[in-house]
Amino acid sequence: MRDDAATSGGARPDAEWAAGLPFRAPELSRRLVRGVKARLKRPVRLMEVCGTHTMAISRSGIRGALPAGLELRSGPGCPVCVTDQSDIDLMIGLGRVPGVIVTTFGDMMRVPGSATTLERERAAGADVRVVYSPLDAVDIAAALPGREVTFLGVGFETTAPVAALAVLEAERRGIPNFSLYSAHKLVPPALRALLDGPAPGIDGFLLPGHVSTVLGRRGFQFLADEYRAPAAITGFEPADILYGIQMVLEMLESGQPAVKNAYPRAVREDGNPEARRAMDGVFEPAAVPWRGLGEIPSSGLALRAAYAGRDAARRFGLERRPAAAPRGCRCGEVLRGRTVPAECPLFGTACTPAAPVGPCMVSSEGACAAHYQYGGK
Amino acid sequence: MDEETGEETGEAAGEAAGGARGEGVVALSHGDGGLMTRRLVNDVFLRLGGKVLGRLDDAAVLDVAADLAGGRLACTTDSFVVDPIFFPGGDIGRLAVCGTVNDLAVSGAVPRFLAASFILEEGLAIAALQQVVDSMVRAAAEAKVEVVAGDTKVVERGHGDKVFITTTGIGFVPAKVELGAELIQPGDAVLINGAIGEHGLAVLSARPGLAFKTAVKSDCAPLADLVARVLAAAPVRFMRDPTRGGVATTLGEAALSAGVDIVLDEERLPLTPAVVGGAEMLGLDPLYLANEGKAVFVVPEAAAAAALAALRGHGLGRAAGVIGRVEKRSGDEGRLFLRTALGSRRRLPLLSGEQLPRIC
Repeated sequence: MRDDAATSGGARPDAEWAAGLPFRAPELSRRLVRGVKARLKRPVRLMEVCGTHTMAISRSGIRGALPAGLELRSGPGCPVCVTDQSDIDLMIGLGRVPGVIVTTFGDMMRVPGSATTLERERAAGADVRVVYSPLDAVDIAAALPGREVTFLGVGFETTAPVAALAVLEAERRGIPNFSLYSAHKLVPPALRALLDGPAPGIDGFLLPGHVSTVLGRRGFQFLADEYRAPAAITGFEPADILYGIQMVLEMLESGQPAVKNAYPRAVREDGNPEARRAMDGVFEPAAVPWRGLGEIPSSGLALRAAYAGRDAARRFGLERRPAAAPRGCRCGEVLRGRTVPAECPLFGTACTPAAPVGPCMVSSEGACAAHYQYGGK
Repeated sequence: MDEETGEETGEAAGEAAGGARGEGVVALSHGDGGLMTRRLVNDVFLRLGGKVLGRLDDAAVLDVAADLAGGRLACTTDSFVVDPIFFPGGDIGRLAVCGTVNDLAVSGAVPRFLAASFILEEGLAIAALQQVVDSMVRAAAEAKVEVVAGDTKVVERGHGDKVFITTTGIGFVPAKVELGAELIQPGDAVLINGAIGEHGLAVLSARPGLAFKTAVKSDCAPLADLVARVLAAAPVRFMRDPTRGGVATTLGEAALSAGVDIVLDEERLPLTPAVVGGAEMLGLDPLYLANEGKAVFVVPEAAAAAALAALRGHGLGRAAGVIGRVEKRSGDEGRLFLRTALGSRRRLPLLSGEQLPRIC
């Protein structure tokens, strides 16, 4: 990771960063907490868009250290959580196609479908394997030419380029038995849908650091240009997050909304054009349903015609069937920042990590999981 | 490469199974209970023990009057299914001995005898098995325990996984030693003998596809000696070895049992940079990773200094530290918390549904 020059605003952590941030930098973090407290002049509600941020904020203790009056709400940035129930059911259904090896990130294993989970299907004999990268799935397909290997593509702009590379790799190596189910989604359309919707009540945004490495700071400029919403692209160490919060508070104070890069060591102005090229070459935007947000035009990624043969749904003759979200589950509202986990009647009683009702409680980036596990002062 | 499962079956960095077709591998007939079994036992397993094992009786008959000496007998059992069976810093054999011995040690017992059962998968390379057994011989000598009983079974290829080991450990608790979670009091100090998360990370990092620049080695080690030093130096309320689930799970369960809150200090947790870096990369929390050469101790506050000195004076306790404190419980049940570097407090929950594969 490069040590970019300091950006604008705030208490000066850049100097320490230029020297190479040691992992947790507790002294710096404590200073930043004081900086945040000093800059909070009125009640403010910020949205932490990214599920990884939600977890990092809970685990690092930032949630407990923030002053009263500063509220952080989760957003639609948890890829497993925003996956519609119909997609979940189809992906689990792939596990039931005889002979198919389903490869997936670990997070998907325990997500409750309408009837079952991938984990239960595996226990019942389905060949479901956890991989760390879709390229691992291509390797498995190469090693087992007699078996069909399919990858469950869940994730945003951080993971979609790698899935694209996996498809290209399978093409390059002449591996016909590799397919992909794309439930990939794009972050900016979701933010637009949120801000276009009824009074979101969000004063500013902490933007996902890893998605931004692909889209670049420029990819989120529309928030300031079209919605006058102040936003900071933030990394994942406690000091990163606190710095981002401080930055947004400063913009609220000055009345000059902008989209600022508080993660300069990883995020560039133009992001990663090559990653975007790979993504655009293999996928095209499509209207897809999001849990909690409904169908959003041009917000999902579908395989382009040239690669349509590698679409797992097509290859195995499966169709998405409308499926209701679990009864009583308020995951959708949590993802819109409309409510907090504690306000869901199922939270901590009928819905716990051991027996989750919805994906927000089971995903490693889920807001309900974060609040349940790390809450409780 | 096995065509049906896609699993590696060839040699790979100490990997077992395979070898030249049919040569030097465990065959089903080795489990026949007759000549083949006897040959395997003589060639490979007998060196595990001494005179008692050498008798090959159906049961080991032991004279333990002197060991008992008015104390009590402690018995523990464990199974070891770690995958891969060879990992940086150890192997399934060393793990089997140390894990069993440590369960006895943290229960206040002086470990004395071990029994070991082996379930071997058809096709396991005999050389690999010998390596595992040699490792157990060395570990048993280190731990000063005698292997007095054993058993071997062979299952068809695909119905086991190279080797599974089940142990039984027997030790003796001196009369004056009383330990238990129920003895933990608010105000007590929590100590550990060294850096956390090493075993869990070492096993995970040994999987194919994950290459770390800095190898993390398992901390697998027998702790009876270390524990004895602490027991001699300070009144100990409770001890446990934080294996599966790590320090957070062990102390979370202790807090629950004892009905107290335990608060760990994030800045006092002993962590090596290699573990911090490796865990970050895999998205894991060192507090939840297994340890096989560590024990947590809960002692009265006034005894913390003496306990710490005893730990630091031992080879396996140089990096020991006080990592937390016991408090009166704040909720309906005892819970474990972390005081973060930011000064705030967050829970360390008992996790469920971990996708972590076999690590011990």
